Amino acid sequence: MQTLNLLRMKQNIFKYLFLITGFLCTVSFGFGQDAINENQPENQKCLSCHGNHTFKYMNEDFGIEIKEAMCENRLIDTIAYAQSNHGMFKCTDCHSPEYETFPHAGNLRMELMYACNDCHGGDPEYAKFHFDEIEEAFYESMHYNRAPDAFNCWSCHNPHSYKTQASKGGKISETVTYDNNICLKCHADVSQFELLTERESINILKSHSWLPNQELHFKNVRCIECHTQLSDSLLVSHVVMPKEDAIRKCTKCHSENSHLMASLYKYKSLESRKSGGFINAVILNESYVIGANRNQYLNILSVIIFGLVLTGIFIHTLFRIFKRK
Amino acid sequence: MASEKLYLYPIWIRIWHWINAVLFITLLISGISMQYSNPENPLLISFELSVELHNLCGILISINYLLFIFGNLFTSNGKQYKMKSKGLFTRIYNQSIYYLFGMFKKQNAPYPITAENKFNPMQRFIYAIAMYVGFPIIIISGMAMLFPEIIIPQVFGFSGLLLTAMVHVIIGFVLSLFLFIHVYVCTIGSSISNNFKSMITGWH
Repeated sequence: MQTLNLLRMKQNIFKYLFLITGFLCTVSFGFGQDAINENQPENQKCLSCHGNHTFKYMNEDFGIEIKEAMCENRLIDTIAYAQSNHGMFKCTDCHSPEYETFPHAGNLRMELMYACNDCHGGDPEYAKFHFDEIEEAFYESMHYNRAPDAFNCWSCHNPHSYKTQASKGGKISETVTYDNNICLKCHADVSQFELLTERESINILKSHSWLPNQELHFKNVRCIECHTQLSDSLLVSHVVMPKEDAIRKCTKCHSENSHLMASLYKYKSLESRKSGGFINAVILNESYVIGANRNQYLNILSVIIFGLVLTGIFIHTLFRIFKRK
Repeated sequence: MASEKLYLYPIWIRIWHWINAVLFITLLISGISMQYSNPENPLLISFELSVELHNLCGILISINYLLFIFGNLFTSNGKQYKMKSKGLFTRIYNQSIYYLFGMFKKQNAPYPITAENKFNPMQRFIYAIAMYVGFPIIIISGMAMLFPEIIIPQVFGFSGLLLTAMVHVIIGFVLSLFLFIHVYVCTIGSSISNNFKSMITGWH
């Protein structure tokens, strides 16, 4: 009898385990489904060629299949696109529907690309991103003024992979890497750089040789910290300044009134007010900046201890003077 | 008070001592200028210059510290920093009582200076702690700050750089207190300037 009960209990356990596992699978499959771009089937047509390094097509006249390499500039990183801010769009939301026919008509190359404000401008839903102010700042930037016809939003922000970083509250180191890679795409690659300028040589290591602990600075702060004009309303300033105006004074960041709090750590400082006694404490979550980070409690304690020592010395001196005889 | 003059400070100690003093004071001023960096404060030297000075003097004081270590290893001066733990507290207490009360009552120093004991028990204890505990910690943490890529990025959820900097700054503060007390205690001699002259001539 006891053996029979045990057997039934075991069967029940298996039954419940099976039900729980089934439920979890269903739920996780459901969530997975949500994450998939609902425009995927339509985009798949484009990405079957533009998502691969090679593509095939049928030469109808001769009845032969031809395989060709996809031009680097026309290649889309499908994973980055799916994860990007624009990943939910159909290709033809931004590109001409005529692209749906293959071979694509030659005149489509002349198609002008949308700028950010063509979609986001004046839209109250996106007001918090300040697109209009970004555009104004961009027109003031050295980039736009040096190459007004060539430079546009997409010169820095790839529409097929762009993701908002600073305002997500993620790790500062990831924001630094992501944002610096945008600059380095041109400033560390002559082939890209020469598309926008006549200058042929770039050597950012040499031009920043004056910077102490260069590697540490490059890893922990963004190029734009020193190379853009600060903005009160924008999280990321878009007024890129000429190199002559870039910040070179250490105390701009290495001081109590650190510039970093208004740039790299702006979002985090708005989000977090916990200080633990430290000045500019938000920096301490990920880094330490000499001069900008001090502990107020230790400051007070050190002043008290120093004061006591000086008082002790003073009193001892007085006794020595009065007991001299 | 010894009536005969004692030759207490050989030339290498005097050279080491004054180099150490100049470098330490430079490190202290440049360190404070970085820690409390403020371009509007005229009492502080510029951040840029402070970084250069602090790096240079930090390396030089470390090399000078090696002179101190080797000098103490290979000469009899090393013995001046050794002490027996038995009765240490009593000896330090006796010396403190002398500094606080005895010297004002014209009592004799409980541990008079001899060639074998050029430090009184309190000096011996404090100098040994400063030179064999404080200095190694501040040099190692300073070297780590000079090459920050060797510092572990996160230690128990705190920035490794912050912890290293805190250790460096706290030990720097304690050693700066030592400097002030050391200079003051040096004025307690047969005359105010006597001990300073001894560290120049070598004769006490």
